[in-house]
Amino acid sequence: MDYRVPATTTEAVAMLTSVEGAHALAGGTDLLVKLRTGLMAPRLVVDLKAIPTIRGISSDARGWRIGAATPCAEIGEHKGICAAWPGLVEGLKLIGSTQVQGRATLGGNLCNASPAADSVPALIAAGAVCEVVGPGGTREVPVENIVTSPGRTSLARGEFILGFRLPPQHARGGDAYLRLIPRTEMDIAVVGAGVSLALGSDGTCTHARVSLGAVAPTPLLVADCAKALLGSKVDEPALKALATAASAACKPIDDKRGTIAYRVKVAGVLAVRAARIALERAQQQ
Amino acid sequence: MAKHHVTTTVNDDTVEFLCTTEQTLLDVLRDELQLTGSKEGCGSGDCGACSVMLDGRLVCSCLVLGVEAQGKRIDTIEGMAKGDQLHPLQRKFIDQAALQCGICTPGVLIAAKALLEKKPDPTETEVRYWLAGNLCRCTGYDKIVRAVMDAAADMRNA
Repeated sequence: MDYRVPATTTEAVAMLTSVEGAHALAGGTDLLVKLRTGLMAPRLVVDLKAIPTIRGISSDARGWRIGAATPCAEIGEHKGICAAWPGLVEGLKLIGSTQVQGRATLGGNLCNASPAADSVPALIAAGAVCEVVGPGGTREVPVENIVTSPGRTSLARGEFILGFRLPPQHARGGDAYLRLIPRTEMDIAVVGAGVSLALGSDGTCTHARVSLGAVAPTPLLVADCAKALLGSKVDEPALKALATAASAACKPIDDKRGTIAYRVKVAGVLAVRAARIALERAQQQ
Repeated sequence: MAKHHVTTTVNDDTVEFLCTTEQTLLDVLRDELQLTGSKEGCGSGDCGACSVMLDGRLVCSCLVLGVEAQGKRIDTIEGMAKGDQLHPLQRKFIDQAALQCGICTPGVLIAAKALLEKKPDPTETEVRYWLAGNLCRCTGYDKIVRAVMDAAADMRNA
């Protein structure tokens, strides 16, 4: 197994396409475990972290840009992101331990393509878009279009995610992410729910995106959940409709973490709780 | 495959080593540099026994490739005491018997030091969450948490 460190996106694409079985490395918190357990045996590891624009956080008129290989710990310390998108920060702070967050990245969490990835529903709810770089140049792909099935993505050979674009937070907007695990820390989501919403001047919901994790083969963007909130005052009837829509969208597996019936039920409960937090944040803006 | 020649800084010393791509930073520290204070518990980032600082960031050295250390700064448990002078956390762990078998201790100390540098006055809850990635199968954690809280108080009053 060889190891190379491209300094530019062009070099990275060339390395990823030149060798059959080349694999990108960002924080390594999933890849190194797969190497050790023999789940993966790439011929070449391409460490993307030396590409200048793959790390760091910046903002402009279009909103925020987070480099795909920025460690989660660094994002969680960024005052601007914490203020604008606290739900995203809630999601990424649930990924593993303090140690894991020192290395883990949003690009890696997404490309690992687990249905239970904690940052992904939050990114989807926030309306985040990926800058995908590859042999054909750069294209922008909404986060919800990356994961196609457990462990698989829509990225073509030689493509990788350079960064994420998040819109500016709405004037009266807020987001939140909640997950259920059977303990308080260091576990994999049984259900995750991300909600982003915005209010008009009279308190009517004018924008909503709801995403669920760990209840289907991929993280879901649930249009019916958004419909339940849009035009409402995010009151009890709207939240009840939100819970029904969230439960209806679930196609979970039965496993040791939770049964199908449990996950379906909890998805509705968590979506409502996350919506209440997002609402409170929107009202405080 | 030729080995990689890596130059890095470990506990303020410039060191060079050769490693294969497969070797983790933990493998390199223990097997190439004979710094055996960092322990391997799980090898999958779950237990924290291999915790080190990488460019000032707390990480599991079992989840870092050795070759990634090129040009970086690494701080391990071996650099925590200054000569014979133990770090206040080390002193407190001994005084209060916050360890039994000792396998988790280097990782716990490195992680606790990182916390106190960031937050000199943490709450007990903050200590417990920060150390959630450091598993200890002996102490039941209470002695560890109390030693960290007490060391923090001593360091604030020093």
